[in-house]
Amino acid sequence: MKIEKINKDLEALYSANTKDINDYSSPIINKHREAAFNDFKKVGVPTKSNEDYKYTDLIPSFDKDYNVTFKPIDIQIKTENLFKCDVVRLDADVTLLSRGRYIEEKKIKEFPKGVIVASFNEAAKKYPEIFEKHYAKYGDTKDNSLYALNTAMAQDGIFIYFPKNSYTEKPIQIINLLVDEKGFFYNTRNLIIIEEAAEANLIFCDDSLSTGEFLGNTATEIYVGKNAKLNFYKIQNEHNESNNISSTYIYQDKDSVFHSGVYSLLGGIIRNNFNINLAEEGCESDLFGLSLVDKKQHTANFVHVNHSKSHCNSNQLFKTILDDNATGAFSGKVYVAKDAQQTNANQTNRNILLTNAAKMSTKPQLVIFADDVKCSHGATVGQLDEDAMFYMRARGIRKKEAKMLLMYAFANECIAAVKIDALRENIQDLAQRRLNGELSLCRNCSARVVNA
Amino acid sequence: MKQDNIRGLKSLICNVSYLISKSLKKMLKIKNLKAEINGKEILKGINLEIKAGEVHAIMGPNGSGKSTLSAVIAGNENFKVTEGEITYQGINLLELPVEERAAMGIFLGFQYPIEIPGVSMVNFIKTAVNEQRKVQGKDPLTAAQFLKLMREKKDLVEIGEKLTNRSVNEGFSGGEKKKNEIFQMAMLEPKLAILDETDSGLDIDALRIVANGVNKLKKPDTSTIVITHYQRLLDFIVPDIVHILYNGRIVKTAGKELALTLEEKGYDWIKEQVDGKK
Repeated sequence: MKIEKINKDLEALYSANTKDINDYSSPIINKHREAAFNDFKKVGVPTKSNEDYKYTDLIPSFDKDYNVTFKPIDIQIKTENLFKCDVVRLDADVTLLSRGRYIEEKKIKEFPKGVIVASFNEAAKKYPEIFEKHYAKYGDTKDNSLYALNTAMAQDGIFIYFPKNSYTEKPIQIINLLVDEKGFFYNTRNLIIIEEAAEANLIFCDDSLSTGEFLGNTATEIYVGKNAKLNFYKIQNEHNESNNISSTYIYQDKDSVFHSGVYSLLGGIIRNNFNINLAEEGCESDLFGLSLVDKKQHTANFVHVNHSKSHCNSNQLFKTILDDNATGAFSGKVYVAKDAQQTNANQTNRNILLTNAAKMSTKPQLVIFADDVKCSHGATVGQLDEDAMFYMRARGIRKKEAKMLLMYAFANECIAAVKIDALRENIQDLAQRRLNGELSLCRNCSARVVNA
Repeated sequence: MKQDNIRGLKSLICNVSYLISKSLKKMLKIKNLKAEINGKEILKGINLEIKAGEVHAIMGPNGSGKSTLSAVIAGNENFKVTEGEITYQGINLLELPVEERAAMGIFLGFQYPIEIPGVSMVNFIKTAVNEQRKVQGKDPLTAAQFLKLMREKKDLVEIGEKLTNRSVNEGFSGGEKKKNEIFQMAMLEPKLAILDETDSGLDIDALRIVANGVNKLKKPDTSTIVITHYQRLLDFIVPDIVHILYNGRIVKTAGKELALTLEEKGYDWIKEQVDGKK
């Protein structure tokens, strides 16, 4: 069985490299590895017999020969023409990642008001107390074997810290660059801490700048403190052969606001897991998602929102447009605990199929134990509005153009929610070009990887 | 002999040019049109000829096929034409898709205009205007030119600021939607306008505004088909010819007095006349 070989290979990979994995990292990170890997071994890479992965077949993603390295290598990427390649571009502070590593020269970037953007690995060494307080506290290795795998293997990524009352002038943009003709397997680990009353605007981009098969297994833990505000946006713009698995755990403290969007514009297999814990009263949590898939691509978004306490509001709006033989999945689970009175939880998933072969699976779930709540969920799978199409064509607008207008109108509801103006416009432009068939891999990109 | 020949030739040329100009003046020619939807035949042999500059009213009871007729002329693919022909300015319409018919100057004023959330009214009408200009071999309007045109035409239907910053027909009342149809007509300047029950759901003030708009847009080289259930609209948009459509066929054609007769006697009068004959 393929899955057995895959799991054995991963176990062998871990065993063979345990020394390297541990040698370059802080004990704070290392101490979680063994237990995490044991949790991974119990389940392995999830297969279709796992309820949560019924519609996402990861075997083809894992059943390949990838390059992988646990030794620190010096990756240099020439980035003069980076933004020609459809990478989101705005007035922001940019930091680059590649292959699960922080690749800037300056390992710790200090901003005014004590804000820090740093290499995850270096930050663990330099800020052990903050790290210890939050690292591996919000994710669950028993519930998510790929997150467990990341916790066992990950060595680097991004560390972002906003102390009490802090903010930055410009948004912070983290770009994960996938550049390598040969392709590679990487585990990026991120830790984001937004402390009391701080305000942060974070943009995470996954961009592929070359062909080559990539498999990314990323994990991000986010702590949003009391009265803090975090705008967190993910833009995924890779290519047909890339595999992107991400697990994002968000812990919200009292009266915090988390406003987030994930825009999966192009990829091979994309699987985004979101787990939001509204741990205290008065939280506001909004999550938007837009997936555009065609050919044989697959995008799955799995969201779990946990209302532990009263007076919290959560909203989810996920939309997918599927063309050709593409497939998609959405699962939105909202759990409302017995004491979480006066909860307002809304969940909507809307999907458009452009062909008979495209397929979307959607599962809204509400588990409610409190009795004074307002919860709603809705899911639709349909086609473009025929009446609207006829109306436009009856005014002389050609079928192709009319289709574009409708698809863009559908997608834009999720993009319009982005609170950073320049980012919203960027995504609107990228989405339009994607729908037009113009978003393709930059063949002539001058960004190349130079290994030391 | 020569004189006769010259006279004959002159007469021939006169006849030919008369025939040519007569056929050019024929905006729309429908011959024995039969159409069905989901296997059910709705139009059972329609014959209709409309010349440039004319206003034709088509009246009839519910279910007679009025909306089907307008949909078929516009090119709605849900309806299947089983027999007959439709010629527009000498061109066979049945070979052309919806958007091409529209770009050639056919405008359908919808009975139930569609709301399209997320598609801006400005973008919608600008795309339509520029598509038409493309077909006519003209350059597209610049943003500035377009906004100027919009401002000019907006006043025609007293629709004010409601048009900009809105999605197509979103949040419009029934009356506003109908006014919006006339606004679009003003922007597109069609040669043949088919107004499908434009008066339904309108109060007298809205009716006046809509009718006024239609009348202002009329030109000697344009034609209008007014489809209506009631005579009231025809007080404002005065027809040259009135047809009565019943059970998929045009059963009576006359001048504008026919509308008044119909108002007096009701549709039962027609039904008795037609069904009685059988």
